[in-house]
Amino acid sequence: MSKRYPGAEAFAVEELDFEVPAGEICVLVGPSGCGKTTALRMVNRTVEMTSGDISIGGNSIREGDPAQLRREIGYVIQQIGLFPHRTIAENIGTVPTLLNWEKDRVRARSAELLELIGLDPEYGDRYPSQLSGGQQQRVGVARALAADPPVMLMDEPFGAIDPINRSRLQNEFLRLQAELRKTVLFVTHDVDEAIKMGDRVAVLKKGGRLAQFASPTGLLMEPADDFVEDFVGADRALKRLALMRVRDVDLWTAPLAQAGDPCEPVRTAVAAAEVPHALLVDNESRPLGWLSRRDLAGESVPENADSTADPLIDADSVLRDGLATLLQSGSLYAPVVDPRGRLTGVLSVEIVSDFLSSREASESELSAAERPHD
Amino acid sequence: MTEFLAVTAAVDESFFTDRSGGGCIQENRLFCPDWVTDNYDRYLDPTLEHLILVGSAVAAGFLIAFALAVFAHRHRWLQTPFLAGTGILYTIPSISFFFLLLPLTGRGAMTAIIALTAFNLQIIFRNITTGLRNVPPDVTEAARGIGLTRSQVLRQVELPLALPEIIAGLRIATVSTVALATLAVFANGGGLGAEIVTGSNITFKTGIIVAGSIAVLMAILFDAVLLLARKALTPWQRAAP
Repeated sequence: MSKRYPGAEAFAVEELDFEVPAGEICVLVGPSGCGKTTALRMVNRTVEMTSGDISIGGNSIREGDPAQLRREIGYVIQQIGLFPHRTIAENIGTVPTLLNWEKDRVRARSAELLELIGLDPEYGDRYPSQLSGGQQQRVGVARALAADPPVMLMDEPFGAIDPINRSRLQNEFLRLQAELRKTVLFVTHDVDEAIKMGDRVAVLKKGGRLAQFASPTGLLMEPADDFVEDFVGADRALKRLALMRVRDVDLWTAPLAQAGDPCEPVRTAVAAAEVPHALLVDNESRPLGWLSRRDLAGESVPENADSTADPLIDADSVLRDGLATLLQSGSLYAPVVDPRGRLTGVLSVEIVSDFLSSREASESELSAAERPHD
Repeated sequence: MTEFLAVTAAVDESFFTDRSGGGCIQENRLFCPDWVTDNYDRYLDPTLEHLILVGSAVAAGFLIAFALAVFAHRHRWLQTPFLAGTGILYTIPSISFFFLLLPLTGRGAMTAIIALTAFNLQIIFRNITTGLRNVPPDVTEAARGIGLTRSQVLRQVELPLALPEIIAGLRIATVSTVALATLAVFANGGGLGAEIVTGSNITFKTGIIVAGSIAVLMAILFDAVLLLARKALTPWQRAAP
């Protein structure tokens, strides 16, 4: 669809055309003035398009009453816009009340949503001014979710929140999304937020033209042009590492040995292995230390290794954090362990660089809600 | 003209009745309590008339200003002409207004109420307009965005949020009208002004003081009632952070 404001020469949004699969988060990202908010607002007709069409679930939004349409689309804005004269419960119950739900049902729904966003039920009787910015934005999301709309529009919803709370709210929303599976259009100017929140990312250029429409990994691996490459940043390779967990990459194996094992076969294994060092493990295969050449010089493997196994990397941690741990320790290799402390493989810097240069990553890409978020 | 102002000369002989026989009329002190106890009943009707003058003028002023303000809220370009128009009405001295209305509505309370209403419009209109304009734009944007119709936004969001300013306007209008309604006597409209005019014709001051005090009390009372109404209607403003 397109939008040209009356009196303006240029299009605010020009022939923007893409499709968002149901249940996914699509992020519209771009520099200020690129028309991303205008594009978003055309979906609930708070801005009317000049030409083209938008359909939701096969139905054109042009048919019917705009107010009715908006009640079926959740809407969250950066400034939140809670009603200062209404209690939190009343704010959350706005759309259900507009839809003529019975009072008891509205009240029950408000209480349910307060719980969903992790606010104490007693907050229901308070006024917005009595809540912190982060709490207000949670209520803003709850108000948008109240009538259980299949589609949500979020216009820089976390833009006015301090970085620590923003990250917390992003994670909370992704957790909700894993459960609710809404079709979300999300506007931001922050490429990191786009990559974190999006199942798909639409990068817009000035004039609302689509520069690229891709998954976050696709965007980071193959920027469509110089504009996108510049926009995603020079550290785009590193950003990809935040989309994966350590257990999602092919880890290396190291020769294992338990105390008392004969040394000869271990020495042979070390000579042939990917990791040229053997790991001393206990009988539950928990790493105890790295065995040095001197440790393996004798007849049988000693009880204590020359150096400890540290750092150990949690297999569930984000790949970026795993790499950081490895680099900080100054080691070439680090054992990766599952939540019970058992070895699942060995991480090396080379694995990470191989991963970044491979093309496989995009195939195993997770949805935003499933991805690790710190 | 002479007939119109004739009321100022009419001093009732009964005015000096001093049923208790106290001496303060003779002594002509600034304030004579004995006289008040004997004559309080002569203020009942003027007070009631005054209440009706103020009540009708403020109510009519509010209704008209409200309609104008809401209409101009939807059609912004009308705000300037409306403000100018009510501004002119506001600046016309009430006494001139009585004379202007004389050929149309004659002498009486109606003439006074029309003039007082015209005076009110500007104050109330301006406050309603300011109140509506001060509603945070993000709140109305969110309201529209989640599916309130234009009139629902007005009734459920904008007007409730403009309430403190609207009531502030009513308070100023009411207090000013209580004072201004004392001039209604020049349109033969009754009210406390009649007692002030009567009292001012003579050297005995107690009558003026009583009539003036009733007007002041009335203004304070109206103000207090409106203040309480605002507190009752805007609980969110008192919510402790």
